[in-house]
Amino acid sequence: MDAPARPNDYTAYPDDKGRFGDYGGQYVPETLMPLVHDLDAAYAAAKADPAFQAELAGYLTHYVGRPSPLYFAARLTEHFGGAKIYLKREELNHTGSHKINNCMGQILLAMRMGKTRIIAETGAGQHGVATATVCARFGLPCIVYMGAVDVERQKPNVFRMNLLGAEVRPVTSGSATLKDAMNEALRDWVTNVHDTYYLIGTAAGMHPYPEMVRDFQAVIGRETREQILEVEGRLPDAVVACVGGGSNAIGIFHPFLNDEGVKLIGVEAAGEGMDTERHAAAINGGRPGVLHGNMTYLLQDREGQITEAHSISAGLDYPGIGPEHSWLHDVGRATYLTATDAESLDAFMLLSKLEGILPAIESAHALARVGDVARDVGKDGIVVLNLSGRGDKDVGTVAAHLGRQI
Amino acid sequence: MTKTRIDARFAALKAEGRAAFVPYVMAGDPDAATALAILKGLPQAGADLIEVGFPFSDPMAEGPPIQRAAQRALAKGMTLTGTLDLIRSFRADDQTTPVILMGYMNPLVTWGFEAFARDAAAAGVDGVIVVDCPPEEADPLADALEANGLALIFLTTPTTDGKRLPTVIRRASGFVYYVSVAGVTGVKEADAAAVAPNVERIRKAAGLPVAVGFGIKTPERASAIAQVADAVVVGSALVDEVAEAVDLNEDVTRRVLSKVDSLAKAVRFARRGLTAV
Repeated sequence: MDAPARPNDYTAYPDDKGRFGDYGGQYVPETLMPLVHDLDAAYAAAKADPAFQAELAGYLTHYVGRPSPLYFAARLTEHFGGAKIYLKREELNHTGSHKINNCMGQILLAMRMGKTRIIAETGAGQHGVATATVCARFGLPCIVYMGAVDVERQKPNVFRMNLLGAEVRPVTSGSATLKDAMNEALRDWVTNVHDTYYLIGTAAGMHPYPEMVRDFQAVIGRETREQILEVEGRLPDAVVACVGGGSNAIGIFHPFLNDEGVKLIGVEAAGEGMDTERHAAAINGGRPGVLHGNMTYLLQDREGQITEAHSISAGLDYPGIGPEHSWLHDVGRATYLTATDAESLDAFMLLSKLEGILPAIESAHALARVGDVARDVGKDGIVVLNLSGRGDKDVGTVAAHLGRQI
Repeated sequence: MTKTRIDARFAALKAEGRAAFVPYVMAGDPDAATALAILKGLPQAGADLIEVGFPFSDPMAEGPPIQRAAQRALAKGMTLTGTLDLIRSFRADDQTTPVILMGYMNPLVTWGFEAFARDAAAAGVDGVIVVDCPPEEADPLADALEANGLALIFLTTPTTDGKRLPTVIRRASGFVYYVSVAGVTGVKEADAAAVAPNVERIRKAAGLPVAVGFGIKTPERASAIAQVADAVVVGSALVDEVAEAVDLNEDVTRRVLSKVDSLAKAVRFARRGLTAV
């Protein structure tokens, strides 16, 4: 099959059917269709309302702590001996990752819609913590669905959510991980259609979520653009980000989509290796299908049953990817590489020692490829890496892999 | 076009003046051979139409009973290919009872809509319900099914208001399914008084029979719904019988068919004011 034609304006997507080329859409049970139509209309109105945007900007400044710095990583740059490497410091946000950008936007929208009960899914617990945080801030009840397997391996985040007043419901159905947590959240929403707002954590799921979450995360890319122009006087040669569902990546990519000179590089989790079945790389190791309301690349067997993802990083441990990434891959605007568990652990250690920054193990996947990218771009070049989260939550995982007791 | 099995069956029931009883069984639950034995016994036990679930790993609109049924079937290696094989075997003995496949989109995307429609028609399938395929996304699948003489059966729900209904029934054929509760399968209970005006509204708008499902577990409830609907669908209560029979090491087929018999009788006699139980 020929690659689809490149559009003149990448930012004109999704189209009015919620599609990025063949990807996206609204594959949900009929009970939810009127709700997603309502959400679509409410979001479109909010997006166009300066008062909503001003309110959001205020909370991003004073509560989240934006703008996040764009930091020149001198020692990392020197280490690789290629392009200058800048880090977009999303790990400095309140709650320690980019997740809060989206949660703040959606909670304001939920209140604007008059919803009184918030539900969310979480894998590692980062989105759950960010959701519990904004629910506490605005006094709304919060229920977080989390795979029973993840509840067991992420106990500190479960407790953190409890401290913030959220109820964490372990999900035992299916494989008891993130995809099942999402199924259970959808079942809750189907059952509680009148008062409940489903706060999805990544740029996936049914339209309008991929567009809405992208828009709320695009603050990362807008700031990066301004900051790099200010310090370097030009745009970067490449932007690198890790991709699970892909919200931090699409957030930093989106404001650069129409700048064809800026290479956009996503890094998927290769787990134990792309030559094994234990990875989480939907684009590099999957094929298009329908799950959780959208058409996108998925890990699946020959008969179309969804297979389990595997990654050291719970935040990348999802068998799908946001539909806009699937499309950017097909049209060739973005490139999707992979990094294994072992490579990401090495990158985790490298950044900790060279720059004094513990990266989230998710972000360490992007770090694992940034050296290749920097050398490829060359000495006069500029590369920006989205440091989407901090690694304090991962010290237990890293210690276990090093065979150390803490 | 020749009259479809679905149309013929509803016409016959209308002449009899009663609603259809439609049991739902999961293909391959608890295993392929037992599922086939159940399937073959259903018409005798009182099934007027049959819904056959094809298992999916991520059934987002199902409650625990059907989730577990899908897990049991997948664990025994059931696939969509295997599901069509079951239906082909059933058709060898029964050429009149309509069979409706029910499941999720991704296995159909994997198969390819054209090829699936052709193969399903050849196996003896009469219609398809795809839970996560709303009318907005249905055209490519509807085209393929229509070209092969298969019905695409749409779900309407308590959240489908009058403004939306025309969109939902635009390409409906065979019958329309009314999901009687906002929720997943097999959890909340359907209320006949609340269901009646909706059935009337949908029947009038679509000009098709209306089947009611989700939340019907007992003969009493089935009887009440049968007085207002054209068909009564029971799924979770039947797959629960499979689970219990397996747990208790009982004869699964006999146990399921006995439950079908009591539900079918309740539906059959509902409008005569008789008690079948």
